[in-house]
Amino acid sequence: MAKSNKPVVWFPFAAGGTVIAFCMPVIVVLGFLAALGHVPPGLSYENLHAFAAHGLGKLVLLGVIALSLWSSAHRVRCTCYDFGLRADTLIATVLYIAAIVGSMATALFLFRI
Amino acid sequence: MKERLVQLEVLRYNPDTDTEAHFQRYEVMCQEEWVVLDALNKIKADIDPTLNYRWSCHMAVCGSCGMMINGEPKLSCHAFLRSYEGVIRVEPLAHFPVERDLVTAPDDFMEKLKRVKPYVITKQKKPIEEGEYKQTPAQLMKFRQYSMCINCMLCYAACPEYGLTPHFVGPAALTLAHRYNLDSRDEGRKERMEVVATKEGVWECTFVGACSEVCPAHVDPASALQQLKIVGSIDWIVEHLLPGGKP
Repeated sequence: MAKSNKPVVWFPFAAGGTVIAFCMPVIVVLGFLAALGHVPPGLSYENLHAFAAHGLGKLVLLGVIALSLWSSAHRVRCTCYDFGLRADTLIATVLYIAAIVGSMATALFLFRI
Repeated sequence: MKERLVQLEVLRYNPDTDTEAHFQRYEVMCQEEWVVLDALNKIKADIDPTLNYRWSCHMAVCGSCGMMINGEPKLSCHAFLRSYEGVIRVEPLAHFPVERDLVTAPDDFMEKLKRVKPYVITKQKKPIEEGEYKQTPAQLMKFRQYSMCINCMLCYAACPEYGLTPHFVGPAALTLAHRYNLDSRDEGRKERMEVVATKEGVWECTFVGACSEVCPAHVDPASALQQLKIVGSIDWIVEHLLPGGKP
């Protein structure tokens, strides 16, 4: 039995899982705060726009979003598998393409800022 | 001593006479502090001597009395009657072929256990005059938790992946592979990874985590498998992406 090539998809999944665990709760809380009109001064539109316009800021945002998308795609793939949906190749292809398209769209959007 | 009338619904199957398994209900007077195994022993002694099940130590050490109690994999010697209300449903361990009543065939697990070489492998044996293989407490602590497995197979009964994909090497065997990989005296990691790092090995695991929830020895197989995935991934990078790389 040959060794599996699963690390190719698992490593970015693990990295994305870590990113989600650290970043997403903060983003959700800040999102709610912003929606309720309590925007901390450091997170004003101008500041965040400047962050996203900077090269390093773009890289950080792309990293967080792309890894989170990949991680979510892989998690949904595993959940489908656990529920007995055994068309794994098809499910994986659709989900991974969605994550890649989402990441490319993010890159394009960030590039335009 | 307080007593209570307990109702048990036990799955019965006799391969000589039955075409399929069926539930049989027993009513048995039990003491308040008894476990499910005590109730089964009372049934066998006083009501129905034909009931078959495995047990040995009655103290959650031998790992032989695993069964499904109200749908959950448990050691019956560790499942207190006071934790249950109403009829208690007792079935053989899930995902294993039933031999008779509550007795299952563990052959598949035994074969997988052998495949991961769960013993210390050394390239060169030290002559006995050179003394023992020494280990510091810190080196011991690295794998101690994973060495507490009692081979009860509850983790296999809990694992949905093993249920769906029987060729999956499974939680306990992989955890024991990790235990020996982490042992400072061992040199067999490469041999074990040939089994562990395959699709049937650790990569079939989707980290449901049920194995760790049911483990009566607090081994936490899910953590061992996650660590094995990291080790397997680093090996993969070394093998495929580094020039002339070998793990």
